[in-house]
Amino acid sequence: MAKRSPSSSPEDLSPLAAAREWARDRFAVEDLQHLAAKKQVPVHRYTVFYYLGGMALFLFLVQVATGILLLLYYRPSSTEAFESVQYMMADVPFGWLIRSIHSWGANVFVGVVFIHAISVFFLKAYRAPREMTWVTGALLLFLALGFGFSGYLLPWNTLAYFATKVGTDVPAQVPVIGHLLSRILRGGSDVTGATLSRFYGLHVAILPAITTVFLGLHLLLVQRQGMSVPRKIEREGGPPKTMPFVPAFLMRDMVGWLAAIGVLAALAAFFPWELGVKADPFAPAPAGIRPEWFFLWTFQGLKYLPATVLGIPGETLGVLFLGAVAAIFVLIPILDRKLSRAWNAAAILLLIGAAILTVLALMPVKGAA
Amino acid sequence: MSWLLGTSVGATIAAFVYPIVRYLVPPESSEPSLTEFELDVKASDVRPNSGRIVPVGGKPVLLFRTAGGELKALTAKCTHLDCTVQYREARSDIWCACHNGTYDTKGTNVSGPPPRPLKPLEVKVRGEKITLKLA
Repeated sequence: MAKRSPSSSPEDLSPLAAAREWARDRFAVEDLQHLAAKKQVPVHRYTVFYYLGGMALFLFLVQVATGILLLLYYRPSSTEAFESVQYMMADVPFGWLIRSIHSWGANVFVGVVFIHAISVFFLKAYRAPREMTWVTGALLLFLALGFGFSGYLLPWNTLAYFATKVGTDVPAQVPVIGHLLSRILRGGSDVTGATLSRFYGLHVAILPAITTVFLGLHLLLVQRQGMSVPRKIEREGGPPKTMPFVPAFLMRDMVGWLAAIGVLAALAAFFPWELGVKADPFAPAPAGIRPEWFFLWTFQGLKYLPATVLGIPGETLGVLFLGAVAAIFVLIPILDRKLSRAWNAAAILLLIGAAILTVLALMPVKGAA
Repeated sequence: MSWLLGTSVGATIAAFVYPIVRYLVPPESSEPSLTEFELDVKASDVRPNSGRIVPVGGKPVLLFRTAGGELKALTAKCTHLDCTVQYREARSDIWCACHNGTYDTKGTNVSGPPPRPLKPLEVKVRGEKITLKLA
């Protein structure tokens, strides 16, 4: 704990200095200052990728802030949800801005998290001792998708209603426990107001609570282990150049955040997020039904699966495949270590990663076509 | 001693977890006791080669009249992933917009990913009144 110098008494200090002194005595601010001063960021040609984690964190905080504001007007029931969003968009001052930033922000956030994961994958930043940083990051990516999926239904419009019908029927294809999973997700056998209540709870309480835990762990690990230097840079020899995190890296981070909020505000102002038509459970699914872009690849993929393959329902195979992809994604650090012992296996893993990315990118394009 | 302690801890955790898990699974809704449903739609309102979704016991049902004039009803939930199907007048077939699955007017799945046919309902017409009977 820092000690105040005997020469200074609170009466002698300016209000700002007195406040600093007060905080220093109570919160061990000097320890944090020492930690911040010690933190260095390696500088090399891939340093730009280090900004993605901070950008994802910033966008997440934008989602939290705008989400809290939306809560003040949103009503989570099938009879009022659509109307409450409509009211927010049309009558509440700046309601359109808050809602549009939240919707655009969700998409940009998931995009940045994807790019962050891809850059970590290709730079192999998941190598020992950072395996758990990857695992917690992978789980955070799934949580981000969970936020996207649960939030999509909340305005209770036609597009979201049918996308949710499909999305919540997908787990039903899991052998043995599928129907139970689907019932738990839907709060019944169909997508109804009960589903909306569950998705609301998931979106504003359950997922944020879980995310807080994993985000805390992820950030703690990043702080403990520092930034990973790509092996290629290490091989080029010499101690890597560094820059202090405070203020050099943080200031650059903040420039990025400022640009991001500018982009979000511009997107919200020039392309306000549409609300669409209120969901009608007794209307047929209209043409052009689709989920958010980050689920389009699964949505499209389900279109091309045959009804049965060797007597097994196509959707069941699809769900098992998705589960396998998710498990492989989480376990990449372990698989990489095991495969590294085999000839050129690391290159094969990279090729598989590139192939999966190509498929993910092409599916939505094909769907749009 | 450690066995007792371990069992007590396990039992305590189970005492917390079991009610939560049971709470998460919604109770099965009781099936409608009726087997016959009289619709609000008049028989003459359903033109030849057209269809509409009608609620029957809280579930969507596709009521349609074939180009030949026959009035039919099928469950409207696509057997692929639960979307609501529609009667496509241009092709006189039944279509699911979600994943482009098609069925013929008997409800048989003919193309796309749907794995099973749609279930037929018995249609009775008395004057203008339409009654659907669950199979």
